[in-house]
Parts: sequence; structure tokens; C-alpha cells
Amino acid sequence: MRQGRNTQTLAVGCGAGFSGDRIDAPGPVVRTLIERGGPAVIIFEMLAERTLATAQLARRANPEAGYEVLLDLVLRPILADCIKHDITIIGNFGAANPRGAGSMIQRLAAELGLAAPRIAVVEGDDLSSGDCRRIVRDALEGDFDEHRFVCANAYQGAFAIAEAITAGAQVVVTGRVADPSLALGPAIAHFGWAETDWDALAGATMAGHLLECGAQVSGGYFADPGYKDVPGLDDLGFPIAEIAADGSCIVTKASNTGGLVDARTVKEQLLYEIHDPARYLTPDVVADISDASVTEVGRDRVRLTGVRGHPRTPTLKANVFFDGGWLGEGEISYAGAGAESRARQAMDVMSKRVGRELQMRFDLIGVVSVLGDDKDRLLNATSVGAATDVRLRIAAKHEDSAQIDRMLRELTALWTGGPAGGGGVRVNKRQRLSLRSCLVPRERLPASYAFL
Amino acid sequence: MNTVESLEMPLREIAHARAGDKGNRTNISLIAYDARHYDLLVAQITPERVAQQFAYRKPSHVARYLLPKLAAMNFVLDDVLDGGVNDSLNLDMHGKALSFHLLAISLQVPIAMHLQTIKETA
Repeated sequence: MRQGRNTQTLAVGCGAGFSGDRIDAPGPVVRTLIERGGPAVIIFEMLAERTLATAQLARRANPEAGYEVLLDLVLRPILADCIKHDITIIGNFGAANPRGAGSMIQRLAAELGLAAPRIAVVEGDDLSSGDCRRIVRDALEGDFDEHRFVCANAYQGAFAIAEAITAGAQVVVTGRVADPSLALGPAIAHFGWAETDWDALAGATMAGHLLECGAQVSGGYFADPGYKDVPGLDDLGFPIAEIAADGSCIVTKASNTGGLVDARTVKEQLLYEIHDPARYLTPDVVADISDASVTEVGRDRVRLTGVRGHPRTPTLKANVFFDGGWLGEGEISYAGAGAESRARQAMDVMSKRVGRELQMRFDLIGVVSVLGDDKDRLLNATSVGAATDVRLRIAAKHEDSAQIDRMLRELTALWTGGPAGGGGVRVNKRQRLSLRSCLVPRERLPASYAFL
Repeated sequence: MNTVESLEMPLREIAHARAGDKGNRTNISLIAYDARHYDLLVAQITPERVAQQFAYRKPSHVARYLLPKLAAMNFVLDDVLDGGVNDSLNLDMHGKALSFHLLAISLQVPIAMHLQTIKETA
């Protein structure tokens, strides 16, 4: 893409909204960007909170690993088209190993017979060692357990991404950056915004916010048959934001796909994971949507205007992960007449045999489950009914994996030693990661980019 | 409100919602389908009413932010996710389903307003 003081709209497509998103989604987005013509980029948001900690562990086991495991599957179908049509690719698929991801993309390009693309990696988010680790330890005060420490990463912002694009990057690989910064970075490079163009930065940040969860703005996480009908939910098109020079945008989606973009989908996603609408904090700006408007301007086209920006804060948010012990889960099903009574009896058996040593959560799937709470207050307040297809679920966490093993053996023993007709036992044990967040001083933790 | 003049209905009939998590906190947006119903939401779906609906999760605080230009409100409930995604024992550790628990609250809709909507839909 061309950089500088452009006035022409920048189209930002979204190819993924989380690690594990549909790998056939980016294709139609890229095709739409090509048909549309004009400057365009595509972003990939693939790094949830825990995904990065898991990636750090993967890298420790294998220094070549630690980036998005689906990267090859995601980029292979679109890399050649993006390079050919000057569509910059920006993604946080570098996870715990941005250089590893960059090398993989180099190999993929060579395999596809492409000239070596200019690949930049953005660094500065990993605070796991050295001075950075000391900064994090200080920020967490007494909450930092050296023996259980896994990793620490700061949410970096958009400007290092913008600098990499301005320097000619065709692919920008990042680790942890704030999700909306993936879209703001190319907009800064395109429009030449300064670090203090707060309203424009805030507008494009909210465009990025609308894009960052992929299909969640184009009909995903939305359908409620008879209330909110979504056409073609099996073939949802991923979103595209057309960002204007003032930071406002029009949200639309890939052509010839299912889903929809209307005022309802945009409002839901605009407020998604927002607390005070006047203070949405990112590394780049404090965005204020308290006076923002959402207007339908065509089929699957919605304009977002009126976002204001305030100066960014002097700190960055950092996520710090620690070993969090063990989680165990087990399930058994009862069906037919008296199923609920039998499931409740099984629950009673577990409570009596294990409950003294281990605090368990119970779910009666088919009666009360996900709406319930870990203390079973909702379940205990629910009167006994006559549900005929009930799955008992138990869950507990403990430092000592032997305690979890024992609980799961007891659940399994319900097969022969529990109420009549219990079947479909499944048990699962896994390590947990616990998270502490803190604020760290921005000026001591600059982000930077480098070409591979 | 006199029951003859108004109709009790679940919130889901006039508004939609989406839940999101950050740590041990959930935010649930509540958006009127028809901007004319926004004032009803403001009057009846108060932070106290929402705290009551989620009482079993012991929220330590419920904040409500008003967004009149979007005919929407944003509720922020503190300490309701059993520690959040990394600590909760819930199958739905993010609390994604909680938006529909909010929509189960019932409210009083004046019959005149209800009839007007039906007429327009027809």
C-alpha cells in the first residue's frame, strides 16, 4: 500500500477473529478487496489472553514453535494474491515467536514460487526476562510468584506497525499488541496521522474494535431465530472497514457471503467488552464512544461516526501468567423417567465421597448449568424437577494433581457404583494458567520493528 | 403502572444484548430494537434491577452507562465470573450466555406503545 498523507479511504479487511477461526474466511475478504480496488490491508487477530501463554510454553518445549499453529493453513490460500495486489498483511499470529512466524511465511512464499516478501516483525511486548521482568515484578508488588511464573507480555500499540508499513513491509508479524491496533497501524501509515491526532486515532481504533472479533460484527454471535435472523449463518462473510481520513468508517463485509452488517450487529460489537464508553483505553488513545452514532447507509453497510479521542495514558497493560494448578472435569448422563432424580443422587454420592477434601462445582446439564455459579447457588435455589435427559458435570481445581485424579476416579466409578442407567462418562484433567494484569510504564518499554 | 394499561413482557421482546468478559467482570449491552422503547429501558432496567437478576452471582458493583444515540445501555457487573476465564469452573467460563439471563427480566410496556409497534410491523 502507498503511505503518507492520503485522503483516499483505506479498506481494512479482517481474516480472523481468534486463534482457531474459520480458515476459509480470509479468501472472500481478499477477493472483495481486490475487486474493490484502492488501498487495502488485511488483519488477523489470533491471540486471546491464554493463547499467548500456551504459545510461550510451546516455544519453551521447541524453540522453533510458539507462533500460531494454523498460520500455514490461514495464509497459504491468500498470500500470493495479497502480495500481487499490494494488500499488506498484519497479524498478531507471531504470538510468542514472531520471528519464527516470519521465517515460516518466508518459507511459504518460496514454496509458492513468490519473490521473497518484505516481512517485518514487531517486538517489545515480551517482558518475561531481564529488566522487563523486574518492571513487571515491581508493578505486581507482592503478587509475583517467581516459582510459578510463566510469562509476561505488554499490550503494545499501533505506531511500530505503522512504521514497519511505511518502511515497506508487505507482511507485519506481531506478538501481543492491542487488538484494535492491528487496524489502526495501517491507517496511521496510510493517512500520516500524528501521535496526537486523538479523534482520528480513536475513530480508527473503534473500526479496529469492530473488526477484531471477525464475524462478530457481520452476523456471528448474534443470530436468535425469530428475533434476530441471520441469512447464511453457515457461510458468514468476514468484515471489512472502509476507514476515512477523519477516522470514521463504514463497516461492510466480503461479497457473495452469508451474514449481515446492520445497525444492530454494529451496536452489539461496538459495546462488546467495553466498560465505560467514554474511556476505552488502548495503548494508542483513550476512545470515547459516548456520543458516537451508527447509521445504515446501504445494504450491509453501516457508518460509525462521532467517536472522540483523548490523550493516551502513560502506562501499558501487561498480562502476567503463572502456573495455576490443575483443573479436573467429569461428566455422566442419565436419561428417561427419573433421570433428574438419578443425576441428583449421583451428585450426592460425589459430594459425600469427595466433597470433604475437594470443593467441587456441580452442573446438571439439562436443568441448570452454564447460567449457574461455582458455589452452586443457582442450582441449590432451583426446585427439583422431572427432566428426562440430564448430564451431571463435576469440576474442581487443586494444586495437587493427585486430588484431581481421585475425584475423576470417583466419577468414573459411578458407572458401576452409582444410580441406575448412568452412561457416557468422560473425564478430563489439564494444567491451568492463572493471570494477573498490571500497568507498566510505557516509556521504559518501547516497541520496535525489524525486517527479517 | 396500572396493569390494564400495560403489558408485562420479557425484555427479549424489545431489546437485544451481548455479553463480553474482561477478568472477573462482565459487560452486557442492552440495545432497544426500536429507539422509542429506550426510555422504558432507562426507567425500568436500573442497575438495582440488574443486580437483583444476577444476585446469585454476588456482583460487588453494577454500573450502568447510557448511550442515548445508540438507544443502548451498557451494564458492567463486577466479580460475577468466579474469578474469570482462567479461574472459573464454569463450562462457559467467559459468561457468554449471561446476555440471555439479562433478557429474561420482564418489564411493563404500555399497551398503546405495544399496539403501535404491532401495527407498524403488520
